[in-house]
Amino acid sequence: MRHIISLLMENEAGALSRVSGLFSARGYNIESLSVAPTEDPSLSRMTIVTSGSEDVIEQIIKQLNKLIEVIKVIDLNDGEHIEREMMLVKVKAGEEEREEAKRMADIFRGRIIDVSDQSYTIELTGTVAKLDAFLAAIDRSWILETVRTGASGIGRGNRMLRI
Amino acid sequence: MELTGAEIVLRCLQEEGVEYVFGYPGGAVLFIYDEFFKQDKVKHVLTRHEQGAVHAADGYSRSTKKVGVALVTSGPGATNAVTGIATAYMDSIPMVIISGQVPTPAIGQDAFQEVDTVGITRPCVKHNFLVKDVKDIAPTIKKAFYLAATGRPGPVLVDIPKEITQHKAEFCYPESVSMRSYNPVLKGHSGQIRRALQLILEAKRPMVYTGGGVILSNAAEELTEFVRMMNFPCTNTLMGLGGYPASDRQFLGMLGMHGTYEANMAMQECDVLIAIGARFDDRVIGNPDHFSNSNRKIIHIDIDPSSISKRVKVDVPIVGNVRDVLQDMLTTLREGREPNDGEALTNWWKQIEEWRGRDCLKFDRKSDIIKPQRVVELLHEVTGGDAFVTSDVGQHQMWAAQFYKFDKPRRWINSGGLGTMGFGLPAAMGVQIANPGAKVACVTGEGSIQMCIQELSTCKQYHLPIKVIALNNRYLGMVRQWQEFFHGNRYSESYMEALPDFVKLAEAYGHVGMRIEKPEDVEGALKEAFSLTDRLVFMDFVTDQSENVFPMVPGGKGLNEMILV
Repeated sequence: MRHIISLLMENEAGALSRVSGLFSARGYNIESLSVAPTEDPSLSRMTIVTSGSEDVIEQIIKQLNKLIEVIKVIDLNDGEHIEREMMLVKVKAGEEEREEAKRMADIFRGRIIDVSDQSYTIELTGTVAKLDAFLAAIDRSWILETVRTGASGIGRGNRMLRI
Repeated sequence: MELTGAEIVLRCLQEEGVEYVFGYPGGAVLFIYDEFFKQDKVKHVLTRHEQGAVHAADGYSRSTKKVGVALVTSGPGATNAVTGIATAYMDSIPMVIISGQVPTPAIGQDAFQEVDTVGITRPCVKHNFLVKDVKDIAPTIKKAFYLAATGRPGPVLVDIPKEITQHKAEFCYPESVSMRSYNPVLKGHSGQIRRALQLILEAKRPMVYTGGGVILSNAAEELTEFVRMMNFPCTNTLMGLGGYPASDRQFLGMLGMHGTYEANMAMQECDVLIAIGARFDDRVIGNPDHFSNSNRKIIHIDIDPSSISKRVKVDVPIVGNVRDVLQDMLTTLREGREPNDGEALTNWWKQIEEWRGRDCLKFDRKSDIIKPQRVVELLHEVTGGDAFVTSDVGQHQMWAAQFYKFDKPRRWINSGGLGTMGFGLPAAMGVQIANPGAKVACVTGEGSIQMCIQELSTCKQYHLPIKVIALNNRYLGMVRQWQEFFHGNRYSESYMEALPDFVKLAEAYGHVGMRIEKPEDVEGALKEAFSLTDRLVFMDFVTDQSENVFPMVPGGKGLNEMILV
C-alpha cells in the first residue's frame, strides 16, 4: 500500500544521502522524495512517498528513526492528512491547441505562467492523483515537458510534526 | 592557548582515556602521527595492513568493554579499513575510526589518495562525520565516542582533511553530549515487562535464547541469575556464547545452522520463547516462515526497535538495554511469585534430556587422523577453559564455538555477522594487548589465516604471545562441505594446492612454528605451546580433510530439519 512518510532531520550535508542510501540498501521503494529546510533553518523536512506491506512500512519507519540525524518520523497515513504536489507542464499551444489547452488548465484550476507563440507552461497543484488525471486528460502529443516536485504532506488540524 | 588540529585529536583521545590506537600512517595523517611522536599517553600499535588495525581495535573492544580506536590514512587506507568497519558494524562493536582525508580544497578533484570515505562507509557505520573546521574536531570526536558506545553500539568514523590538522583552535573538550536527534532508550516499558513476566510465569515449555546483546550490555550475571532462578533451558547464539556458562546443565549449547539438536528442537517446540539481545537472523532460525509456524509466544528484549519484528513477529516486544530490563524483571521476580507449573517444567526437561541424549556433537574419537573437534576440546582442557579464543570464519569457527565451552562473556571473539575471514589473528592482537598475560588462542584455518597473515610481523614487534591454532585440512572447509552436500561433490576452487610451510613461515616472522600430524601428539603440543608464555606459537594441525560440521540446518529449512551425524 502507498504511504506518505514525513520526517524532520538535522539540516546537514549528507543527511539526504543517508535517507536515500537506506532505501536503496534495504530495497525499499521510493515513489517520490521531497526535502527542504523548515522555518527553523537547522531542520529539514522530508516527505517520502513509498509503498510496501505493513511490515515493510513498519521497518522503514524504524530504520529511518535509527538514522542519527533523524529527529522525528511519522506515517501520515496513520491519520487525516492533506497531500499536495506541484507540477509544471509545458504544452503545445499553437493555433490548433491554444483554446483547448487553456480550457483544460482552467478545468484543473491550473495557472498559465508562461506563454509563447507555440506553448503554454501550466502550473498545477493538487494530489498526485489529480496531476496524473490532468496528464491523462490532455492529448499526449501536446505534452512537451513536465516537471513535478513530488508530494508534500501535512496532518490535518491538530496533527503536527514538530519538535 | 591555541593547538593545531593534530594536537587536538591527540588531546581528545587522551580525554577519552584511550590507551591504544591501532593504525597505519600515510600522507593525510602525517600531522596526527607527528603528535603521537611527541607524547606517550596514547600508545600506537602499528599493524601491517589497515584491515588488521581495525580488527585489532575491534578485538580490543570486544575483550574489554572499551571503545576500540583505529587510525588510517585517506584513499587506500580508508578502503582497506572498510572490511574491518563492516565487521564491527554487523556485530555492533563500539569503535571510533579516524581517517585522514585529502585537504579540503582538493576534495572532489580526484586528488592523490582521495576517496569519498564518508560515502563509502555510510552503509557500514553507525554514523560518520566529515570535519570541516578545526573548531569542530573536539565536539565531533566527543560525539563519535558517545554514539559508538551508547544505544546499540557500533563503529563511528571521523574523516579529517589534512589541512584541518594543521589549523589552530582553542582546545576545549565538551563534558557531555546532547543531541536532539539521538536519545537511546535504556529502561524497558514497565507495562511490557509485566506482560512478559506473566507469560514467563505461565510457561510450560519455556526457552531462553540470547545473543550478542547480553555480552554488549554486560548482562551475563543478570541472565544467569534469571535462568537459574526459573530453572529454564538456555541457548546462546554464536555472538552470545559466554553470556550463559556453557558448562552449566541448563545450557543447551549454541543454536542455529550448526547448533545442537537439543537447542534447535527446544526453540521449535517451546511454548514461550524469551529472546534477549538476539535478532532472529537467518543463520539462527533458518526459514522464518517455518520457524513462525508454531503456537509459541515470543518475548523479545532488544535495545534496537528495528530488530523487533523484523524477521519474526513477536508477541511482547520490550525495547531497552538488556541489562536494565533483566534487572527490572529480576527485581519483580525476587519479590516472590507463584512458581511455574512444576510438573510441566519437569516434563519439558525430560524431553530436552531425551534430545540431548542424541549426542549430536559426537565424532570419531578413534580415528588415526587428527579430528579438528578434538583439537578444540584439548585446547579447552589445556587452557583450563579460561582462554580468550578468537576465530576466523568457516568450519574451524563452528568447531571452536561448539567445543570450547565458554563460561564467561567476552572470551569468544569472532566475526559473526559479516563472517570475515582474516579477522582472527588481528583480533587476537587487540585482545592480547588489552589483556597482557592472558592466554589468547586464535583458532583458524589455513585459508583464513592467509588473509591477514602479515600481522605475524606486528605480533613480533609488540611481543604478543598469541597461540595460533590452525586446523589445516587443505580445503576451504565450509565451502567444501557445501559443495559436498549441495553441489554434487564438485569441489570448485575450494582446494588449496600450494600452501606455505607454516612452520618455516612462522619462523621467518621470528616465531615458533609446530606441525602436528598425529592425534596422540595434539595434547602435548598444546601444552608445550602454552608453556612458551612469551612466544607466539603457530600450530599447524594436519586435520581430517573430510570432516564436516554437524548438525546442520540446510539453507531454507526449518530448525528441526537438521542433518545429523
